[in-house]
Amino acid sequence: MPSVGEILEGKGICICAGSGGVGKTTTSAAIAAGMAARGLKVCVLTIDPAKRLADSLGLKELGNEARRVDPRLFEAQGVKMEGELWAMMLDAKATFDQLVARQAPDEDSRDRVLGNRIYQQISNALAGSQEYMAMEKLFELHSEGGFDLLVLDTPPTRNALDFLDAPRRLTQFIEGRSLRVFMRPTGLAARVAGRGASVMLSVFKRIVGFDLIADLAEFFNAFSGMVDGFQARARRVNSLLADRRTCFLVVCGPQGEPISEAVYFHRKLVEAKLPFGGVIVNKVHYPAERLRGEGGEGGEVEAALAERLGEEDLARRVAENFSDYQALAERDARNIERLAAELRTTGVIRVPHLDEDVHNLAGLAEINRYLFATDGEREAIAAGRL
Amino acid sequence: MPELLDKRLVFVTGKGGVGKTTVAVALGLRAAAQGKRTIVCEVASQENASRIFDHAEVGFHEVEMEENLWSISIDPDESMREYVLLQLKVRAMRDLLFRSRIFTYLAAATPGLKELVTIGKIWELSQFDRKVKSGRKYDLVIVDAPATGHGVGFLQTPRTFAAIARVGPIHSQAQRLDSLITDQDQTGVAIVALPEEMAVNESAALEHDLREEVGIAVDRIYMNGLYPERFSKAEAERLALLAGGENGALRAAARAAISEHDRARSQRAQLARLRRRVKAPVKSLPFLFEPELGPEAARRLAGRLG
Repeated sequence: MPSVGEILEGKGICICAGSGGVGKTTTSAAIAAGMAARGLKVCVLTIDPAKRLADSLGLKELGNEARRVDPRLFEAQGVKMEGELWAMMLDAKATFDQLVARQAPDEDSRDRVLGNRIYQQISNALAGSQEYMAMEKLFELHSEGGFDLLVLDTPPTRNALDFLDAPRRLTQFIEGRSLRVFMRPTGLAARVAGRGASVMLSVFKRIVGFDLIADLAEFFNAFSGMVDGFQARARRVNSLLADRRTCFLVVCGPQGEPISEAVYFHRKLVEAKLPFGGVIVNKVHYPAERLRGEGGEGGEVEAALAERLGEEDLARRVAENFSDYQALAERDARNIERLAAELRTTGVIRVPHLDEDVHNLAGLAEINRYLFATDGEREAIAAGRL
Repeated sequence: MPELLDKRLVFVTGKGGVGKTTVAVALGLRAAAQGKRTIVCEVASQENASRIFDHAEVGFHEVEMEENLWSISIDPDESMREYVLLQLKVRAMRDLLFRSRIFTYLAAATPGLKELVTIGKIWELSQFDRKVKSGRKYDLVIVDAPATGHGVGFLQTPRTFAAIARVGPIHSQAQRLDSLITDQDQTGVAIVALPEEMAVNESAALEHDLREEVGIAVDRIYMNGLYPERFSKAEAERLALLAGGENGALRAAARAAISEHDRARSQRAQLARLRRRVKAPVKSLPFLFEPELGPEAARRLAGRLG
């Protein structure tokens, strides 16, 4: 497996995807920092409201505009910044508002959309709008061309797939084809469909208790001048994602669940003809074979330890701890083997479970020793540390 | 206030990847062992709970996992369907609704409706007098709540919805759900956290937001995945000599021990930080050195939940 640096050679966009809780934000920050250290002007985008990225980059907070990370912070960690690292936290609502403002034919329709209750709901909370806006911002930054590389930390969706599906779902919603014909009171379709539809709408109104229909009608009305613009934009965003200078990295953990998710996600990427770059497994317990081969079985280790330490109780605990560790390492190795087989790749970038959890620049630098190492180097580093 | 498991309904919440399902199942096992008829509800439809028991996917059905312990995966579309069936008595009208693509569309467009009907289903499960055909009576309903970017979102839905819908059956339903969720005698909330810097920050923020924005006082926070303190500082120092030695296996074993010692220590620091920052009592749960989590491991964890 090539290093992250090699995978991203010549790429303009790197999208880190995976399910929640696998260290995606940290990985994105580390990749961006590593590429910036190698001379590129890089911007990392996150949508995570938990300030994780800001914390790990030593920034107080991030806004909807890119901010440069002080290179001296890296130098303090012994990392020389040849390029520039920028970071921003995406505000989905603000991005959506900007997009509406850009697409609206006039101020009046802009204000009608921004003030509509349905709009306020979808721009805040409709499943998919965060993801869509993340891609929209990515597209905008890419079009402006101010950076060599953009790294996107995808939103913490329950299911990594939601992310790929988001633009389609949202544009479908905005188009509202099936609904709009029924809402035009004089429309032919409404007459043909007859009373069925209107009864249904009134039943729905009775159940939910407010006139959703009126709000929706107002929403479509206000949006009508912008639908084409939105569709065209969504198409351009999609072709950017499929571009050969774009690269998807799948991030996961070594346990059974996240590995299965990664396999599934990879398959969906391939089906959607999106450019898969590689897979990164975080928090791996490095292989036990290497450790075991040299010194024999558990009992022998314990006996040898007791002899060296002169203390049986301590030797027993050390041996116990070692065998617990080995069990986890064997599990991880099995899961990663399955992952490699499913993805038909010989290698997977493994980042070890570090002694300290990673939440600052020092931690990012430590992770980058693995992300940016070649296979051989990675093994050597791991063998040296454990 | 009653103990957590003596309530009718318990939400287990927290960020993704912290072990919410494991804790929810362990709580379920503990309650079941006390003789309570318990059901564990999954909302994300990932079927992690049934997997722990090595059981086939349960779907939108109440399936018995062990004595006194059931499991269900709540699907919002199915919940919506069931809700409409209970609300609309006229068969022709129901058929009209379900066949209609517009209905599906409207249901998706209505702010928070999916979450609301999901919580509605949870409420339904907790009723002694259930309207659903062949519905069992449960003493306790445990919810493995969905992990979202905004942790409070799910629990806040009824309140938000009651404010938007001015009248109608869903308005009164939403109000009823909100009062159930915020009733401390009936409903408990547990947060699952991990002993890591950012996870601690997020858990403290979640507790704060639940209190300030939804009016929920969190009952308990479980600090999950704590490594045992196997070695003292002096022992770690002695092992450090061995870790530089020439014997491969001994060196590796010593390094594993030192690494364990360091990690356990930094975890204890995070545990102390969490305790300082939250109001709810914090209970720690051990890291399980298991390749994959099965019922035995969940049972052992159940013993530590008290």
